[in-house]
Amino acid sequence: MTILGPLLMAGLMIVPYYVSKLDKEQKVIDVLDETGIFYNLGSNETVKFNYMFTDIETAIKNFDQSKTTALLYIPKTSLIEPTNAILYYSDKQPGNTVTSYIEDKMKYIYENKKLLELYGIDKQKIDETKVSINISSENIKTGEKNIPIATTLLGLFAGFLVYLSIFMYGSQVMRGVIEEKTSRIVEIIVSSVKPFQLLLGKIVGIALVGLTQFLLWIVLTLSIVVVFQFTVGSKDGNIVKSEQAQFAQPSNTLVPENVHTQSVQDEDSEQVMTLMKNFGSYDYTLIISLFLFFFLFGYLLYAALFAAIGSAVDNEADTQQFMLPITIPLIMSFVLISPIIENPQGPIAFWLSIIPLTSPIVMMVRIPFGVPLYELLLSMGLLVLGFLACTWLAAKIYRTGILMYGKKISYKELWKWLKY
Amino acid sequence: MNLLEARTITKRFANHVALNGVSITVPEQSVFGLLGPNGAGKTTLIRIINMISVPDEGEILIHGESLHKKLIEKIGYLPEERGLYKKMKVGEQALYLARLKGLSHSDAIRKLKYWFEKFELMGWWNRKVEELSKGMQQKIQFIVTVLHEPKLLIFDEPFSGFDPINASLIKDEILRLKENGATIILSTHNMASVEELCDHIALINKSKKILEGRVKDIKYSYKANVYQIEITGCDKLLQDTLNHDFQVLEETRDENILKARIKILNEKSTNELISVLMQYGNVHAVQEIIPTMNDIFIAKVNSDTVQYKNSKQDLTE
Repeated sequence: MTILGPLLMAGLMIVPYYVSKLDKEQKVIDVLDETGIFYNLGSNETVKFNYMFTDIETAIKNFDQSKTTALLYIPKTSLIEPTNAILYYSDKQPGNTVTSYIEDKMKYIYENKKLLELYGIDKQKIDETKVSINISSENIKTGEKNIPIATTLLGLFAGFLVYLSIFMYGSQVMRGVIEEKTSRIVEIIVSSVKPFQLLLGKIVGIALVGLTQFLLWIVLTLSIVVVFQFTVGSKDGNIVKSEQAQFAQPSNTLVPENVHTQSVQDEDSEQVMTLMKNFGSYDYTLIISLFLFFFLFGYLLYAALFAAIGSAVDNEADTQQFMLPITIPLIMSFVLISPIIENPQGPIAFWLSIIPLTSPIVMMVRIPFGVPLYELLLSMGLLVLGFLACTWLAAKIYRTGILMYGKKISYKELWKWLKY
Repeated sequence: MNLLEARTITKRFANHVALNGVSITVPEQSVFGLLGPNGAGKTTLIRIINMISVPDEGEILIHGESLHKKLIEKIGYLPEERGLYKKMKVGEQALYLARLKGLSHSDAIRKLKYWFEKFELMGWWNRKVEELSKGMQQKIQFIVTVLHEPKLLIFDEPFSGFDPINASLIKDEILRLKENGATIILSTHNMASVEELCDHIALINKSKKILEGRVKDIKYSYKANVYQIEITGCDKLLQDTLNHDFQVLEETRDENILKARIKILNEKSTNELISVLMQYGNVHAVQEIIPTMNDIFIAKVNSDTVQYKNSKQDLTE
C-alpha cells in the first residue's frame, strides 16, 4: 500500500486528464435544418458542424458514405412549440458531451429568437443584467479573509483525513494486538518487556508508520504528478494551446451566441481561480501543525482503546460488541460535520470540539473558520488529558486481557479488570 | 544454596484465589518439578516468578535477593501458550527475541548459528514461521529460551507437540543445561518425564501446596511395604495359606507361575517374607513396589480434594 497508494492517487489525477485528452478528437456532424434558424451552432474542441441543404431522404442516403459522426435533422416547426421536433440520427453514439452541447446551443438560439420576435427583447441585454455576487467574510481584528466555500472544503478535508486515519491506524493497532494474542507470542514477549511497554511500543510504532506513510504518499504523489506534467503534460499543454488558438479564430467571426459560452467559461474559470486564491490565503503552517497535533493525539487516544479491545478478545470476529462504543463518537462527529460547518461557532460545534473523543475531527473542521485561542488550548489540553486517561485505562485491560484465552469477555468482566 | 525461594505467595483474582500462601524452595543446579492438576495455580506462580503478574502477598527471592527487573534477564521462560509471529522469517524473529533478552547482535547471531546447526534448522533460517511444522516451531522457541544462557530456566509443558525422538532430544538438552550449571523449573503433566528429570518436586492443588521435597524421599515415604513376588511349584492360593503378618492384595496365575502383591504387616522384614514363601515353592522374584510419581500424584490430589470438599461442607453447615 505504501508504494501502491501514491501510484493510485497519481493515477487518479493523471488518468482522467489523459482520457479527456483522448476524447478531444473533434467530431463532425451534418446538420439538415428545415427551419433555417440554426445556421450557426458554433463549434468547440469536441464538435464541429457541416450544414447541408438537401431533403432528409438524400441526406440519410448519403450519410452512410460520409465520414461524419452523426446527422442532426431539424424539421420545420412553429416557433411556439419547437422542442420535440428535433431528430437525431447516428450509427455510432456521439456521446453526452456532444448531445448536451447541441441541446444547449439550440435552446439558446430558440430562446433568443422567441424573446426577440415575440417580445422584442434582445437576449444579450438580459445577459448583461446578470451579476455575480461573492460574499467574503473578514476577521475584523486580524484582517484575515475567509471565503465560505474554500473554508468548508478545507475543514471537510482535514476532518475527514483525521477520521480516516484514526480508523485505519487504530484498527491496525487492534489487529496487531489480536495477532500477538492469537499467535501466542505475547507471553514470550512480556517475559522480556512489561505489557505497558509492549502496548506503547505498538502504538508509537504504528503512529510512526502512519506518519511515514503520509509523508511518502504526499511526496510520491506530488513527484509523480510533477514529473508527468514536465514530460508528457508539457507537450499536451502546447497542443491544447494551439487547438484553442485555432478555434478562437472562427468563434470571433461568429455572431454573439459564442460570446455567451465564452463568458460562462470565463466565469467558471474565474470562480476556480478565486477558489484557488482563497485556498492560498490560509495559514498552512498553523493548519498543518494543528492537524498533526490532532491527528497524533486523536490517534493515540483511540489506538489505546483499540488495543484494549484487541487484548480482550480471541479473534477479530469477537471485536464487534466492544467496537460500538468506540466507533459511535467517531461516526457521530463525522455525521455532525455538516451542521457544524453551517454554524461553526454554535453550541454543538463548541462542545464536540472540546470533548476529547470527538474533538480531533470536529476541531479540524472548525479550524479554517477561525477558533478562539482559549477554545483551541482548552481542546488541546483536554485531548492530551483524555489520551493519558484512555491509555491508563487501556493498559489495565490490556495487561490482563493479553494473557486470557478462551473466555468470552463481557463488559462486566472488563470492569473487573479495571479494578485490579 | 537455593537459587529461588518463593515465600507465602498469595494471588487473588476477582472470583477466586489462584495461589494461597504457596512457598517453594528451588535448590541451585537442579531440576524442580512444579506439578498439579489443571487450574491449580502453576502458571500463575510461574508468571509471578517472571514478574508478568504481581503477587498480592509474599515475595520471590533469587539468591536471597528480592526479585527485580534486572534479575529477570537471568531467567529463560518457555510458556505453555507459546507461539511466534507467523509472517516473520525464522532467523529474523529468533534474532529479535534474542536481542529482546539483551544479547548483542553479533553474540546473538553466533549463538543462534550454534543452536540452529545443533537442531538441524539452518536451512530454515530465511523461511517464514508459518511454513514450519509445529515441532520445528517448538524447537525454535526452546532455542530462544535458552539462548542467553540464563541461570534459571522455566519450562511450562516443554514436551507438548514433540514426537518421541524430539522429546528425548529436549530431555537430553535439559539435563545438559543442568550439568552446565543452570537451574530448571519444569511444569508438566507428563509424570514419566518427572521421574526421569526431576530432583525435587512441589505439588500444588486448589491453589495450595500439598507436597514438596526430593523425588527420592517422597517416593520412599509413600511406599506401602508392598512386594511383587513370583513363585512356582505352589498349587494352593497364597491367600489361604499365609499367616497374619502378610496380606495378599492381589493374586494371579500365569500358567505355572504364581504372581502376587503382598503387603508386609506387623513390622516384619523382607527376609521373613522370603523365608515364609520358600516353604511353598521356588521363589523367582521379590521386588518392593515403589510408587510412581503418577500414583503419588493421583493419590495425593484425590485425598486432598476430598478434604477440601469436606472442609467446604463444614463451612457451609
